[in-house]
Amino acid sequence: MAKIQLNGKKIAIKSKSTIMDLLVKYNLDNKKIAIEHNGTIIPKLKYKKKYLKNNDRLEIVHFIGGG
Amino acid sequence: MAKLKNDVLKISSTKLKSRLIVGTGKYKSFKETAKAVEASGADMITVAVRRVNIIDKRKPMLTDYLNQKKIKLLPNTAGCYTSDEALRTLRLAREMGGWKLVKLEVLGDKKTLYPNMAETILSTKILVKEGFKVMVYCTDDPLLATKLEDSGASAIMPLASPIGSGLGFQNTENISLIIKQSKVPVIVDAGIGTASDATIAMELGCDGVLINSAIANSKKPVLMAKAFKDAVISGRNAFLAGRMKKNIFASSSSPTKGLI
Repeated sequence: MAKIQLNGKKIAIKSKSTIMDLLVKYNLDNKKIAIEHNGTIIPKLKYKKKYLKNNDRLEIVHFIGGG
Repeated sequence: MAKLKNDVLKISSTKLKSRLIVGTGKYKSFKETAKAVEASGADMITVAVRRVNIIDKRKPMLTDYLNQKKIKLLPNTAGCYTSDEALRTLRLAREMGGWKLVKLEVLGDKKTLYPNMAETILSTKILVKEGFKVMVYCTDDPLLATKLEDSGASAIMPLASPIGSGLGFQNTENISLIIKQSKVPVIVDAGIGTASDATIAMELGCDGVLINSAIANSKKPVLMAKAFKDAVISGRNAFLAGRMKKNIFASSSSPTKGLI
């Protein structure tokens, strides 16, 4: 198990999880989102290779209505 | 009429048939948003970048309701008060789907939502260097508008009055000065209250208008969206037609010759 911070909320994930595993878990379409990992934007092609570690901070964003 | 048919709004390399750009905030539902967007005839809409809802996995997304083959999304930086926040937001937006054309707004004050122009100019320069095409929300100060254009802005977007105020134009003369001096499109971004305000903007010679609250906060947003579509077309046609000169004295419309 590893504990990470996702969108400001502490969550527990299986150890050796990748960003892609997390997207599957939360049912998120990778075409509609962008991700920041510990303050760095991760290119979509790297979601499968990027492993998450204890205390990692992850921000997943999408488009919402705005003016 | 051929000239009017070819009358497209070109922002950087993006061509738009409609001179009305609409925002997608403040609507009751995504369904209402989609209907209003359709009624407006806009081919570009603004969107904000926010955290996804990780608690409710099945919550629909705005983008599920929009046909992105027909409508271009314009990511904005609404809610950002520093250059760093705005840059972070737009870099994420670009990663989301390759967006280069973006709308920058760096706010300076929570009560008026007036832009912080120092941070705005700084952000514009950095974004342009990174290859973004930046449409910039700004005050109606002609000097600062020049600075933005010199910084590489793709469109100047002065406010008519504070965001969401619905006050309409507070200084049409300044907007006219900005239109006269600018080589890039001038799009009035904020403060429009009703359809006639949009017509005024277009008659002044603005290249377009961006409307959110005036449509979303009306009693019937879909009908108001249609009203704005017509208002923008009317104003543009009137501008292209060229208004008559104002006179102090009357001038009869019927000939005086042959009076009985």
